[in-house]
Amino acid sequence: MYVIIVGASKIGYNLAKALIAESHEVLLIERNRSKYNVLAKELAEAVFHGDGCEVDCLKRVGASRADLLIAVTGRDDENLVSCQLAKLLFCVPKTLAVINDPQNEELFKSLGVDLTINTTAHISTLIGHKLNIDILMPLLTFKNLEIVQAEIYESSPAVNRQVKDLGLPTNSLLIAAIRDGEALLLKGDSVIMAQDTVIALTRRESEAELRKIL
Amino acid sequence: MKAVVLGCGRVGSMLANLLSEKNWEVAVVDANPDSFTGLAEAFTGHQVTGPITDEEALREAGLDSADLVIVLTSDDIANLMAAQLVRQRFGKEKVLVRVRDPIKAGAYRDLGLQTICPSEIELSMILKELGIKPGQS
Repeated sequence: MYVIIVGASKIGYNLAKALIAESHEVLLIERNRSKYNVLAKELAEAVFHGDGCEVDCLKRVGASRADLLIAVTGRDDENLVSCQLAKLLFCVPKTLAVINDPQNEELFKSLGVDLTINTTAHISTLIGHKLNIDILMPLLTFKNLEIVQAEIYESSPAVNRQVKDLGLPTNSLLIAAIRDGEALLLKGDSVIMAQDTVIALTRRESEAELRKIL
Repeated sequence: MKAVVLGCGRVGSMLANLLSEKNWEVAVVDANPDSFTGLAEAFTGHQVTGPITDEEALREAGLDSADLVIVLTSDDIANLMAAQLVRQRFGKEKVLVRVRDPIKAGAYRDLGLQTICPSEIELSMILKELGIKPGQS
């Protein structure tokens, strides 16, 4: 596979190394000259000095034969434009953008970016998990409706209570619990237990209320 | 009529002043508060300090009720994202966006954005002076 990576951030650099190790053809585009010089010593022809938002640069790296373009700069707008130009002008079949500001995720999808990775949201969720802070991790988003995942800790007010007694917001629904590796569908009389992973469907405005209950 | 101007540089501030003079309701958004010094004393509109690609800053500028949005920072990439955000999230049809790179201006025009490309305009003025029609060899 030929993969173009825009931005030699920590993610970009490590991703390039991992893909090269997997025998993929990789080209890492970096705009900053001194950063490029350092990387070129290690990655040789796999690094290209240029701007991934410039059509000329994408042309020179042979974007039209790329299977995948991954944009991982620190600026969301640059990641968006790189992906869009790759799709529009070079017919790259798949584009992926890293998103720094979580509110851009849905927008980027609606503007034609195939895959998005919301690093900020993921990292805050991971930190939350480490610190036992309850954060709802969004799994899927449709307009203002979300499917979220929540870890149930011992300290959760929902532990050992039936779903119907939790006082869920009207716009939220608990769908399933993953318990000991098994998925169970939740009904009104199902009991929530500590260490459950609960999957819920909720409108975004009810998210805060749902978080308190779980 | 209400206009929101994103980017308060030379053209942005001139436009905002002009529209305000014509009794339009005007809001300007710019990440740099120093840029608002270009606004006239008579300017009565709203000033919002914030990135033009930030939905909250745009909402604060009253974008929901805008009839016209003009995107005029010197940063093509930010302009392109802001213009698409305005169309997609706020459902605005009338969005004019400055894109300095003629190639990008053309590509996004094909996507339906109303792009204004200063280099295309300069070039056509020069060609007109020279009596050459574009595309003529």
